[in-house]
Amino acid sequence: MLTAVACLGGIGLVAATALGIAAKKFAVEVDPKEAAILAALPGANCGACGEPGCSGYARAVAEGRLAPNLCPPGGQQTAEALAAILGVKVRVKDPAVAVVICQGGDELAQQKYHYLGMADCNAAQKLAGGPKSCPAGCLGLGSCVRACLFAAITITPDHRAVIDRAKCTGCEQCLKVCPRQVIIMAPKAVTTHVLCNSHDKGAEVRKYCQIGCIACNICKKISSEAYLIENFLARVNYAQAGQAVAAIAKCPMKCIRDLADNNESAGAVAEAETPAA
Amino acid sequence: MRLPTFPGGIHPPDNKATTAAKAIVACPLPEELIVPMLQHIGAPAECCVTVGQHVAKGELIGTAVGPVSVPIHAPTSGEVSAIEPRLHPVGRYLPAVVIRPDGSDRWHDDLQGSDPNCLNPDELRQLLQQAGIVGLGGATFPTHIKLSPPPDRSIDTLIINGAECEPYLTGDHRLMLEEGPNIVDGILILRRILGVKRVIFGIENNKPDAIAAMSKLCAASPIKVQPLPVKYPQGAEKQLIEALTGRQVPSGKLPMDCGAIVQNVGTAAAVSAAIRQGRPLVERITTVTGPGIRTPQNLRVAIGTPLSHLIEQCGGLSDEPGKIILGGPMMGNAQMSLAVPVIRGTSGLLVLRRQDVSLAKPGPCIRCGRCVSVCPIHLQPTVIALCARLGLVEMADTYNALDCIECGCCTYNCPATLPLVQSIREIKGSVMEHKRKH
Repeated sequence: MLTAVACLGGIGLVAATALGIAAKKFAVEVDPKEAAILAALPGANCGACGEPGCSGYARAVAEGRLAPNLCPPGGQQTAEALAAILGVKVRVKDPAVAVVICQGGDELAQQKYHYLGMADCNAAQKLAGGPKSCPAGCLGLGSCVRACLFAAITITPDHRAVIDRAKCTGCEQCLKVCPRQVIIMAPKAVTTHVLCNSHDKGAEVRKYCQIGCIACNICKKISSEAYLIENFLARVNYAQAGQAVAAIAKCPMKCIRDLADNNESAGAVAEAETPAA
Repeated sequence: MRLPTFPGGIHPPDNKATTAAKAIVACPLPEELIVPMLQHIGAPAECCVTVGQHVAKGELIGTAVGPVSVPIHAPTSGEVSAIEPRLHPVGRYLPAVVIRPDGSDRWHDDLQGSDPNCLNPDELRQLLQQAGIVGLGGATFPTHIKLSPPPDRSIDTLIINGAECEPYLTGDHRLMLEEGPNIVDGILILRRILGVKRVIFGIENNKPDAIAAMSKLCAASPIKVQPLPVKYPQGAEKQLIEALTGRQVPSGKLPMDCGAIVQNVGTAAAVSAAIRQGRPLVERITTVTGPGIRTPQNLRVAIGTPLSHLIEQCGGLSDEPGKIILGGPMMGNAQMSLAVPVIRGTSGLLVLRRQDVSLAKPGPCIRCGRCVSVCPIHLQPTVIALCARLGLVEMADTYNALDCIECGCCTYNCPATLPLVQSIREIKGSVMEHKRKH
């Protein structure tokens, strides 16, 4: 019994000493700045900065390769903290959020075939360009939901993606997986958006969607500065977004919406349920 | 005696009785033919005619671009009425030449036949390329490429595929009964090109009349006709090689790596016509069938004929269609429009009614292993499909996703109706992309 205790104790003592010496002798030198930066980052490892994760970004910032204001999830607070560690001044970027510019759910947008395959937008897109007749609308199979690290995207019961503006950090990961580029980045301050992504002519859009932009120019007539129409699709001019609200009620297709109250999903669900009821 | 076969596989109802006894009927020409420039695996052909030009049957309308490509020919004589993107069986709008037939169906004057015994293998391969011959089993891989194995591979066996294992399809069956001599002639030309002694002709046991007819025709030749048990996918290249020679194609390799080359019976007949008569590939046998068709038939169809015309020729639709499939039900592609034309790979047009189609939503995998037990490649479809759902590209590669032949046995057998083949196909694309990058 005593021998066993002595043996194990002895091994423990020798190993501890060896480890202690090794730790001192072979210590990896970490730039204290890098460690401090890593501690100040949110640790989401989202990759929005372009590095694979937060530690990579911390190293890049410490070495001066990347600017300290590239972390969208951290926002202003993190940028200022990083700038303080580096002893520099930094201009904080305007926060941006992702917006799904499509309202064509099951009830409102036509399907060209019945899709029963894999729940993945990219897989569906390969089958004759996706089940939705509209070539640019949201497929609603949730590839963006799986890409979002912040649980900011949900799929409505009528199968389209909506973004929780409070949770979205602007990391742009959803944009990378969307096969139809139906998610765009916009300044968080701009809340009025034209929720349509189809560049087809108005008559064509009417054939497959009841809530798509037909480029009728009415919004532009009401507030000419606030809207741009390119390629048969209206867009809010972010520089003059304040005046865009006036056109919301006048849009004949009801595709301009104010997202300020962040209840786009709730509103749409209610709308979708009304005809059924 | 036990017949040779391969491990795994399934026994779906074959549904061939509706058309197996019906002779091939020539389908009248439609008002316009839509001839896509992409009808084969490889680079699309480049259009070489202009709108308004008059073309003769068999005249070149698209030239081959690059080594893995074949030219496209006019399927009848008439006027080129448009050159524009049209809906292709793959589901996208792709460049096509639209021809308005003049009704005379006159062959081009320059087409001349030749005696295969006076030509060397290289000249024969070149003639096949010029005639636009591709594998007519459905994959449409250019035949001249398949017949040009690199010098370091020694080919000792030519296998002729008369299995026709896809349910519903009977085109190859009828061809063997009606054009046996042409098939045998084509096989002998293929044998001459490859310079092989051994030729095995595999036919599934559910076609005893075809086996008898071909055995009689092949009796005096070195071709050995071998009956095969009825099992899907007996006509898949690698499975057929295993059944007929006992050799397995190694993972990631091609049939030529185990000394065999497989050609379809339809291709053999097309080879004979291309060499003996100089006729390019401008028509094919298509089985128009399924419960949704009033009078199913085997049709000889000009390439470019719209599906709506085929259905019209077969008495129209019997009921509201639930699914329209080009090819067989196992590996064919569902279509969303009847404006799509027949192309070189269109072995069948299958119309199912609403009540024949299951619209069940996929459920969760219960890990029953039915997909594993039927996989003819010995893969684990459920694991690879899981990798696809989770985006685990490297793991899918370690489970040999790239060896999947997409035969559909796993999906057919899945009690949860999971889209296994689609998932595996999806991850195969990612694995190939990953391999290119690393």
